[in-house]
Amino acid sequence: MKKDVLIIGGGISGVQSALDLAEKGYEVVLVDRSPSIGGNMVKLDKTFPTNDCSICISAPKMVEASRNDNITILTYSEIKDLIGSAGGFDVKIWKRTKYVDPDICTGCGDCETACPVEVPSEFEQKLSDRKGIYVEFPQSVPLTYTIDYDNCVGCAACERVCDAGAINFLDTSQVIDLEVGSIIVATGYQMMQPDEWREEYGYGKYPDVLNAMEYERLLSASGPTGGKVLKRSDGKPPESVAWIQCVGSRCKQKGMPYCSRVCCMYSTKQASISKGENPDLDTAVYYMDLRAYGKDFQQYYDKAKDKGVRYLRGRPSRVYEQSDGKLAIEYEDTEKGEVKTDVVDMVVLSSAILPSSGNDKLSEILDISLDEYGFFESKDMLTAPVDSTRDGIYLAGCAQSPKDIPDSVSQASGAAARALMPLRDRKRKGRAEKKPERDVSKEEPRIGVFVCHCGKNIANYLDVEEVAEATKNMPGVVHVDDSMFACSEDAQTVIKDAIKEHHLNRIVVSACSPRTHAPLFQDTLEEAGLNRYLFEMSNIRNHCSWVHSDDPEKATEKAKLLTKMAVAKAKRLSALTEEEIDVGDRTLVIGGGPAGMETALSLSRCGQKVTLVEKEAELGGKLRRLNTLFPTDIDAREFADSMAHQVGDEKNIRVILSAEIEDIEGYIGNYTATVNGEEIEVDTIVLATGFKEIEAEERHGYGKDPRVMTQLEFDEALSGGGLGKPENVVFINCVGALEEERPWCCRVGCGNSLKNAKEIKQRYPDANVYILYKDMRVFGKREEEYYMDVEGDDGVIFLRYSTGQEPEVVTGKDKLQLKVHDNLLDEDLEIDADYVVLAMQLEGDESAPILKKMLKISSDPAGFYMEAHAKLRPLELPSEGVYLAGGAHYPKNISDTLAQAEGAASKAMVPMMRGYTKSEGIISVVDDELCSGCKMCISVCPYGAIEHDPEEGVAVITDVLCKGCGSCASVCPIGAIDQKGYENDTIMAMIKAALLEDEVV
Amino acid sequence: MADNGFEPKIIVFLCNWCSYGGGDLAGVNREQYPTNVLGIKVMCSSRVSPEHIMESFNDGADGVLITGCHPGDCHYIDGNYKTFRKIGLISKMLEDLGINPKRLRLEWISSAEGGKFAQVMREMTEQIRGLGPLDLKEEVE
Repeated sequence: MKKDVLIIGGGISGVQSALDLAEKGYEVVLVDRSPSIGGNMVKLDKTFPTNDCSICISAPKMVEASRNDNITILTYSEIKDLIGSAGGFDVKIWKRTKYVDPDICTGCGDCETACPVEVPSEFEQKLSDRKGIYVEFPQSVPLTYTIDYDNCVGCAACERVCDAGAINFLDTSQVIDLEVGSIIVATGYQMMQPDEWREEYGYGKYPDVLNAMEYERLLSASGPTGGKVLKRSDGKPPESVAWIQCVGSRCKQKGMPYCSRVCCMYSTKQASISKGENPDLDTAVYYMDLRAYGKDFQQYYDKAKDKGVRYLRGRPSRVYEQSDGKLAIEYEDTEKGEVKTDVVDMVVLSSAILPSSGNDKLSEILDISLDEYGFFESKDMLTAPVDSTRDGIYLAGCAQSPKDIPDSVSQASGAAARALMPLRDRKRKGRAEKKPERDVSKEEPRIGVFVCHCGKNIANYLDVEEVAEATKNMPGVVHVDDSMFACSEDAQTVIKDAIKEHHLNRIVVSACSPRTHAPLFQDTLEEAGLNRYLFEMSNIRNHCSWVHSDDPEKATEKAKLLTKMAVAKAKRLSALTEEEIDVGDRTLVIGGGPAGMETALSLSRCGQKVTLVEKEAELGGKLRRLNTLFPTDIDAREFADSMAHQVGDEKNIRVILSAEIEDIEGYIGNYTATVNGEEIEVDTIVLATGFKEIEAEERHGYGKDPRVMTQLEFDEALSGGGLGKPENVVFINCVGALEEERPWCCRVGCGNSLKNAKEIKQRYPDANVYILYKDMRVFGKREEEYYMDVEGDDGVIFLRYSTGQEPEVVTGKDKLQLKVHDNLLDEDLEIDADYVVLAMQLEGDESAPILKKMLKISSDPAGFYMEAHAKLRPLELPSEGVYLAGGAHYPKNISDTLAQAEGAASKAMVPMMRGYTKSEGIISVVDDELCSGCKMCISVCPYGAIEHDPEEGVAVITDVLCKGCGSCASVCPIGAIDQKGYENDTIMAMIKAALLEDEVV
Repeated sequence: MADNGFEPKIIVFLCNWCSYGGGDLAGVNREQYPTNVLGIKVMCSSRVSPEHIMESFNDGADGVLITGCHPGDCHYIDGNYKTFRKIGLISKMLEDLGINPKRLRLEWISSAEGGKFAQVMREMTEQIRGLGPLDLKEEVE
């Protein structure tokens, strides 16, 4: 097999990398060792900080991957061998047999019912059982069964009940030879089992001590308890639950020194969801620093506290079971300085995120390095985070270090951009040729209805023949057939033949869910020369036979009605086209900081043309003001110079300095930007406008005394070198942050204070350096370790203060006099300082209010642009063609910024390399004759797709921007807007078909 | 449980991305519920207009249920918020028309909530069964 890219690991990162590449026309092989792709994300109940249902948002991505012609998914497979080099790797993949032919298996589940073997379900964290023949979870991709060879007793019960004949005990595993140009490693993580390293917490000993993933499954509506949190000891709901943080993280002796980055937030999520469902439940989180560092994280944490989740600062020393069966937690409340014992019903351990179990072996096969913990090592942690130590192999997601979902998918897109490098000269798969379509617009509806038995899944619970019979007399229906499996390969031939023979022009399939099966039938329609939108499905399985299995008579009646409604809709269907809009290769990158420069470099290296505009007179952005880059000692200016130099070397990049953007008009493929009076035409836009410090005003004596500086001013002073010989330097973190007016966390302030504190200590070893902080939020790769060094070796003194007890600075004397209340010592302290450095709250750049109007996008209260989806589309804006990189999204360190910038470049290249973008088929249309120009529709459109044409006085929809939600159609007071495929008449006809007995459909 | 032998007709609008999927999962998990509910799939709950609700009641529906993604989950960013506001208004309108607003219900059901889907269908059927058949003339007058 010869393809372009191999992706190892089918979690959300791997899937994202695969989609990014496949959409550009590259052929990808996605390998996962499990029976299904999906990884860890699909096991989560909800995701922070939006409480999005995890499976609901990841399943569509998985389905998208499985439907993409450029992606070959190999599940139950592992990498065995690799030779060659970047641009020409030869890989051997061992594909284990599932003993079930995936091409024949319909996923009906009859085999599962018949199988007598029960083993603990890995997916459900062994909280419930699965069968010996199984799918991991209902949304598995591929949705076909696997026989677990190790546990199979060989009774062949499955084979006997499989009507489709998919089971083949004689099938064998095989080795697949694959040639690719580049490789992405996205092997994810595993959670530490907290029984060995932290045995003092009683995991494995006491039934009601769980790890966080187990609790996640208890919360999940589709989990083993149907979403009810129940104690394992007695099956009753707990009255109190405690979360213990840093179990195996931030601990050199009994675990890993690093921060696992996500636990504070998922515990907050679990506690607040549990509390939300049962306000009487007592919930407490035992933490060291509450690292709510990301976009909206702090607000999410504040909300949890408001709901009544209690946060206690202290690391419990042990958990033991009392004689009454309750669990006692011993800890020191470090805020009060008291040793306490709390008693709860259930304990959840936030155990460490560990490297994936196969990393060792894989690193040997691929000949790339692991770090000391077993995560894959970047070529350079700060400046090349997605490159592995070997050319042509790239890293995505938690394979490199623990990460949350948006950081993982950003990096996955970044890896996809880097993976293009060895493929630059390869031919990509072009636009698929359109199959000729029969024009049916002048034909009377001739509907063909196919009713499916789904083996026994429908036929056992309702009378399929009766449903088919009742459909025959409906007006417009000219052909009715029933089939054992409507989705099987031979059934497609039957449908195609029937279309030809009976000259059908609309097809209804009464079977299972259109969410999983409509695309298959729509392909069949296309093969038979019919437009794919001349199709409707009624779901007489999931929404009927399976849920009314005790009343065949009523189920049959309902199936008839559902089919009648589908016929009513089918009669009104018309052919829809997905308009293609040409997209060229020109990008406007706004902002010449590290994010903008990296985006421009990535685009240019892949042959795209870039205009990079920067408001200042030189490139570099914040790099020009910073001294060094946390968590390294890399010189920021040297790094800026090196990047600017690389930008200068690229023929495809045009740099405009001292640029002012006067206007931007248009949409993807058709933007015109006016910069310094010049009109520039581009196809896509990347916003890399960065962030800024808020006005310091008179906080902590700022403005009264030059020795009180903001962090960036201090960085500049450090680079300048003129600090004298300070004896005492004080850093105050969270200035203007975590308070009512600006509740968010700036994400980078703690790290910046740490690296500057270290710098002072190195330059002036005798100086006393103090960091006044609220929570020490260092979470990235090697950041916690850096913090430990600064605290230990460098002897920096840390004092913790609370919001409302801000340190006071008295100016005007020989030294700055600083007073602070340390909430751990519970003491007032006074420090005579030579310098007071304020880690200021950060907000969006001042250009945001202007640009967001031009581009019809929005920003959050902090002035950071609102991405299309907080978890899975962090690099895109709702309007297609505009992308986000770096601090414009949210402040972040250089490593995250560069990964995200590569990712933004990858996103922008999807439509540009493909050469076009497609509008949805289902979009809204305006009837100019009826439209009164009232603009109601404009106010509800979330995509800015509707504009008012002042000349004609009507609403105008830009087809390519419309995503087809139909909001506009439902608010138009005179019915001048309709939604294709879901026209008002169509919905009305379905209502009538459902309710009126004799209504002619 | 209202056991008055009355079998209500209920129209359920299902959003394509969340609630329809919840219905699918209810099926996978074989969660049982009464056959009185008939689903109409729309891309987003915000597509449902007052006209569709009124037409349903007019054509003999005894109850109308609108389902959508949980707040924050909308595939179209904020369509469900629009639905929320719209249904609030329509409920008031129903009251003015003399139709018991309890006949109209809005529920957020995610595609992972098969159990909730079935439960809402059971509850809705029970509730409408309790209210008895909708007699437009009687209720309006």
